Amino acid sequence: MESPILSDTNNWLIENGRLIDPAARMDREGRLLVIDGKIAALDPTDGDVPRGIERIDARGCIVGPGLFDLATEFGEPGREEDETIATGTAAALAGGYTSVALSPNTDPPIDTAASVEFIYSKGLRADRCRLLPIGCVSKERKGESLAEIGSLVEAGAVALSDTPSALENTGLMRRALEYCSMFDRYVFDHPEIGSLSRGGVMHEGLEQLKLGLSPIPAEAEDLATSRDLRLVEATGGKLHLTSISTSGSVELCRRAKHRSLPFSVGIHAANLHMTDNSMRSFDTNRKVKPPLRSLDHLEACLEGIQDGTIDIISSGHRPCSLEKKMLEIDAAPFGMIALETALAQVITFLIRPGIIDWVTALQKMSLNPARLLKQPGGSLAIGSPADLVVIDADRRWTVEAALFQSKSYNTPLEGAELYGLVRCSLVAGRKLYTAAF
Amino acid sequence: MAMATEVGLRQSIAIPETWGHRHLLGLEHLSADEITLILDYADRLQAATEHGRRKLDLLKGKTVANLFFENSTRTRNSFSLAAKRLGADTVEFSSSGSSVSKGETLIDTAKTIEAMMVDAVVVRHSSPGTPHLLARSLDCSVINAGDGPHEHPTQGLLDILTIRQNRGTLRGLTVALVGDIAHSRTARSNIWGLLKLGAHVIVCGPATLVSKNWEKLGVEVAYDLDKILPRCDVLNLLRIQFERQAIRPFPSVHEYTLLYAMNQERLRRSKPEIMIMAPGPINRGVELTPEVADGPHSVILDQVTNGIAIRMATLWLLLGRSQATLPSLC
Repeated sequence: MESPILSDTNNWLIENGRLIDPAARMDREGRLLVIDGKIAALDPTDGDVPRGIERIDARGCIVGPGLFDLATEFGEPGREEDETIATGTAAALAGGYTSVALSPNTDPPIDTAASVEFIYSKGLRADRCRLLPIGCVSKERKGESLAEIGSLVEAGAVALSDTPSALENTGLMRRALEYCSMFDRYVFDHPEIGSLSRGGVMHEGLEQLKLGLSPIPAEAEDLATSRDLRLVEATGGKLHLTSISTSGSVELCRRAKHRSLPFSVGIHAANLHMTDNSMRSFDTNRKVKPPLRSLDHLEACLEGIQDGTIDIISSGHRPCSLEKKMLEIDAAPFGMIALETALAQVITFLIRPGIIDWVTALQKMSLNPARLLKQPGGSLAIGSPADLVVIDADRRWTVEAALFQSKSYNTPLEGAELYGLVRCSLVAGRKLYTAAF
Repeated sequence: MAMATEVGLRQSIAIPETWGHRHLLGLEHLSADEITLILDYADRLQAATEHGRRKLDLLKGKTVANLFFENSTRTRNSFSLAAKRLGADTVEFSSSGSSVSKGETLIDTAKTIEAMMVDAVVVRHSSPGTPHLLARSLDCSVINAGDGPHEHPTQGLLDILTIRQNRGTLRGLTVALVGDIAHSRTARSNIWGLLKLGAHVIVCGPATLVSKNWEKLGVEVAYDLDKILPRCDVLNLLRIQFERQAIRPFPSVHEYTLLYAMNQERLRRSKPEIMIMAPGPINRGVELTPEVADGPHSVILDQVTNGIAIRMATLWLLLGRSQATLPSLC
């Protein structure tokens, strides 16, 4: 790269790259001009390029809109040992994410206007990716009564959610969908019926039977998905399922999409290529929610990705400090870090094998999440903010969590060979991350 | 004479080149030959120690640590006696509850013990995979003495040894495991071992505790004990684990007893030579009546005796040869 680590300039000519605009379904070689932090022109003539502008040589690279995540958790305030907003937003940029909607799973949880403000101000101080707080649906994220959703929205909460907890109380779920519709905000739910999965560690099935670990049955998700979709139909409220993982959920969502219900469907990158077979190692970093399912579920999810049933691929980033994951598997918390691997997971396991193309991948990782939250991003349209990522898609690398920006190390992919590294990330035209290679 | 016996014994229990295990974590990954080897050596060591009347010095200078995070009397004492009868020293650690309640991680506890220069850690824990975690973190041998509902390999081996001593072979026998299969590590270890040695295995119990998925592993699944009873050569009556279950999987002990308890009446409808086993501790009146537990078909106390033999064989095979030469295999 021609520039040093950081640059204050927000004028760039990005040349020699393959431009992908998921909004326009464009995928071609070209030049991209950024002026004052905004996309100014595609393939500008030399006359339109200001003299002396800094250039990014994107030869051999993909240039696209920055990624946008809807399933990220940091831990600040309260669990700074897992991730701070500074380390988390740095990890996001390194992974190609220029915007992150942050789960309210903090201590205290984000259930007041003041705590929403806290996330914004910490995000600004960190000065990395854009950070958008999600507020709690329920007071103290306890799932009992509605939080002051109006105040949360007023303060800037982009959506409402109790994730990673499921909204188990059906009455509360109904009220939440109704109430949030007044503010045109989505309710995010992780579909799970707790009375079927409580104490569970892994997907219920043959592997689980052999290992004797407590089960998380597929129907615990299917029933919650079915319930949520029915409530969307009844209330007209907007729903985003953050993380489906079962063939049952895929089928339910597919049918509901034919009825044009106002909902969207997300999946964690891990559930698109890892299965419950790998639990045999008893590796606590593979203890995630939703659990790694069996091959038949994985294949159903891939079909859902291909036919558009699943709109959004999320990272599912959930950092846990080393000491927490050193515990025995029953006691260790759920979660894996993924902001710095999700793109490579998608490139390695979906794009390279031809399951989806680049335009579709960037729709699901950038355009659709941005549209869902009515935020800028996900396109290379003239005039839109220059939130961009330059990806060396063919570069092979070995996952080594110790080198990550994230504060935690809990990735089940340690040592894995993946394809695709981010060369640089721009937020509003400012190059805030440049890879060391 | 004593010398000659000693030499003969050492030859008869020589550790073969092919034995590559440093740990005993389960039976799922042992071959039929390896299981047979352990059974053979258990028989030989049982004879050589004259059922406990004689002590050997095969493992003199070695130390075995018992690390039990769950209550246990018989397994813990059985391992201790086995170690002592081979001349090893033993050291006892017990701790209740998980790491969280204790404030120290399991790995730290185990490393502390290992730093006392022990050669093997015998571990019992409520969480599956705990011995595997220790095996990855420690340099010494790890023996699984029960990890939650996952495996309890020495129990599986001692059950199989007891059957073999009575019947000479496992091949062609029908062995039913009755009760709470879902939460039973004993069931899992028995299933692996029995299948490998050619027995026909039936798992029988309430549908809430016996998964149909077992059929995919070549195990017969049954819910009606009375139907399978006439075909069984061995009944292994597993303990109902009241403590492991959030929503009770059957309505009452009374109903369980009606459906699955082994009593005199059911015994009359069994094969005349049926063997009645129970891994214990037994709930008298629940899994079996006292008449059956103490009757002529019961081999429950033989199981206890054989436990020591199996554990001697295990300790010998894992510790009997210099560990430096062994690759880190499970």
